[in-house]
Amino acid sequence: MAVISTTLPSEKLWTGGKSPFNVEYGKLMMWYFLMSDAFTFGAFLISYGTIRFSSNGWPDPNEVFRSFPLAPEGIHAPLVFVSIMTFILIISSVTMVLAVHEGHKMNKSGVVNNLILTIIGGIAFLSCQAWEWSHLYSEGAWWGSNPFLNADGSQSSTNFTNYFFTITGFHGFHVLSGVVINIVMLIMTLLDKFEQRGHYLMIEKAGLYWHFVDLVWVFVFTCFYLI
Amino acid sequence: MSSTFSDHSSATLVAPHLLDDTHHEHHHETFISKYVFSMDHKMIAKQFLVTGIFWAVLGGLMSVLFRLQLGYPDASFPWLEDILGKWAKGGHITPEAYYALVTTHGTVLVFFVLTAGLSGTFANFLIPLQIGARDMASPFMNMLSFWFFFLAGLVMLSSIFVETGPFSGGWTAYPPLSALREASPGSKSGMDLWIISMALFVVSSLLGGLNYIATVLNMRTKGMSMTRLPLTIWALFFTAVLGVLSFPVLFSGFILLIFDRNFGTSFYLSDIYVNGVGALPNEGGSAILYQHLFWFLGHPEVYIILLPAMGMVSEILSTNARKPIFGYMAMIGSMFAIAILAFLVWAHHMFVTGLNPFLGSIFVLLTLLIAVPSAIKVFNWLTTLWRGNIRFTPGMLFSIGFVSLFISGGLTGIWLGNSALDIHLHDTYFVIAHFHIVMGVASMFGMFAGIYHWYPKMFGRYLNNTLAYIHFWITFLGAYLIFWPMHYEGLAGMPRRYYDYSIWESFKQFSDLNRFISTVAMIVFAVQLLFIANFFYSMFKGRKLLTQNPWNSNTLEWTTPINPGHGNWEGDIPEVYRWAYDYGKDGTEFISQVTPIGSSESTH
Repeated sequence: MAVISTTLPSEKLWTGGKSPFNVEYGKLMMWYFLMSDAFTFGAFLISYGTIRFSSNGWPDPNEVFRSFPLAPEGIHAPLVFVSIMTFILIISSVTMVLAVHEGHKMNKSGVVNNLILTIIGGIAFLSCQAWEWSHLYSEGAWWGSNPFLNADGSQSSTNFTNYFFTITGFHGFHVLSGVVINIVMLIMTLLDKFEQRGHYLMIEKAGLYWHFVDLVWVFVFTCFYLI
Repeated sequence: MSSTFSDHSSATLVAPHLLDDTHHEHHHETFISKYVFSMDHKMIAKQFLVTGIFWAVLGGLMSVLFRLQLGYPDASFPWLEDILGKWAKGGHITPEAYYALVTTHGTVLVFFVLTAGLSGTFANFLIPLQIGARDMASPFMNMLSFWFFFLAGLVMLSSIFVETGPFSGGWTAYPPLSALREASPGSKSGMDLWIISMALFVVSSLLGGLNYIATVLNMRTKGMSMTRLPLTIWALFFTAVLGVLSFPVLFSGFILLIFDRNFGTSFYLSDIYVNGVGALPNEGGSAILYQHLFWFLGHPEVYIILLPAMGMVSEILSTNARKPIFGYMAMIGSMFAIAILAFLVWAHHMFVTGLNPFLGSIFVLLTLLIAVPSAIKVFNWLTTLWRGNIRFTPGMLFSIGFVSLFISGGLTGIWLGNSALDIHLHDTYFVIAHFHIVMGVASMFGMFAGIYHWYPKMFGRYLNNTLAYIHFWITFLGAYLIFWPMHYEGLAGMPRRYYDYSIWESFKQFSDLNRFISTVAMIVFAVQLLFIANFFYSMFKGRKLLTQNPWNSNTLEWTTPINPGHGNWEGDIPEVYRWAYDYGKDGTEFISQVTPIGSSESTH
């Protein structure tokens, strides 16, 4: 902000004939779309909170999420696997930042390498989620069916699993869309589309979306695994 | 915003359409690319308008049909069986059909006519023309926005023809009625189609809204600062922001509802017994949760409907009173206040759901606060008219009618915003009267005003004036005759959403009144058909426009050719030197926004 305001007096920014935010329309739309999407997730998480706090009890996440692939039966490793998932997603955000950065420098091979890493991160996260879902399913959890007891040992309503699968599923769907977008970006980069345009702005917009999806995961993770 | 922008800002400072100043009329257009999959904002606006008119006729016809039941509960109309088949056995509309008609009427009018038909039409048409842009930021997304709306309409239309009938649980689609297939015939596949249609509509609204926002912020022509924008653009901008932030919440609510309907979840369901089915296993959900999610959209939605009308009315009043709009900045400020408050009042729709009375009192306060910006707007309109040199064009009449209806309907809003009074008034005809006048008919009047005012720009011809005056007076008087008596019925406690009031001892006294209302409703509906005949006839045979600027208006759209091509202006986009409301300044009748400030001109 400081850079812009020292070079352009603010009253000149809004006089028309140019973008007041110094961005082209696509990025502006992406920001507004992300605000809109934040409201979608906000509504989901607030609904979850409302129902959870009006319920008599809730399962203990440390008991529910305590396994990982190839783990021996009955292992008690609370939140280990989801921590790895979260770590993967955060690293994929870092590689996305690097891809955007390489784009600014017009360095095609740097963009390609970092995009590939981001895509791998996204697919790895989705694979982890697929394992976790199938593991929970094998324990009898699904929409409308909750095998877990409340933390105090009483019978739990199905809303623990209902919300878990709906919201992590909705988030997973966003990750999947992000992976698809990143693959499209990768193909466009390989086809020299951005070299011809003279800028890698599309990568930046895809990056905004990707970071948003990661940010949402932080909230989803907090609500379902930590609290 | 950091220094990262500096790397590429030279390439992105200016939106692509502003860079390209050659006009686009030369490239060959086929019928498909010009009229069907058009990316010209003006054609997309007309597509929204014509589709909106189609839905208005259908939704209006539905209201005539259920008014027939309310006005003549004992009479039998054999022709009803001819058109509705099993839904009107023996010439009587069945209760299921009655509820389906009421539900579809509400959904269609609120979403398809007064949201897509109103802001879809005028945001598309006016934003590029009035800010001085060649088209929307993304014409392709704009086209998608229309086709998603069209698809939503197709799905809604098909729901009318399924065997179990369209959804019949009210336009708000509250669970458990909407969540349980066993609850009613309309809750079966009719509800599936309803919810698919609404989901498509949310997508359409999002695509449109993002485009409107980006266009207004980024693509104003040189000199068109935000405070030189016509109020129409400010209104459409706030409308778009409201839509982008409130529809996603409804979308979340719908997703949970879809899971409850199809996948055995209990988000909204708990402790339910259905006749013939028995006790349901669902535990732990909350039907009230849906109401919160719904009204978090639902209340901003009424401003999504109302704000475009307010904006257009401001513009038309000022133009035809030949006076600057009174309190331009106050108008923007009050619209901003309305847009903010719109998100903070949703629970006033839920005062009697068991809401904590303390929480209710906060929502009362926030609700009544809306009276402040609303009153500012009303007084600004009245003072704009005050001692104006008024030209009573049809657009002007409808604008004045809008102000009248907004006052009448707004005052009853103060009653309903009180949680204590609401105990008596909720779910009565008082509510029906209130929201039809203040939101339904008023916004419809704003839409008519806009159509009459901008029709010459849309089609290069005028609408027939005589028919327009007949249309205005009958609609205006009819609207009051229909909805005014409903206040009395509501105050007497007559509940809404009932099929037949003649069996209630306490409401028998209203049978004549109900018949009167129904009769007026039919007359008003017939006059709307007159308007539609005028609309389509004038498109081909109306009096031709001979001048670019028929209303001697200041805004940019009247500097384009009479029939502008894709790209709007031949040659360069005009530069703007002043606000849109220099009427009667220094003795000059009007000064267009493109006229540079003269040396001897007084400042405003």
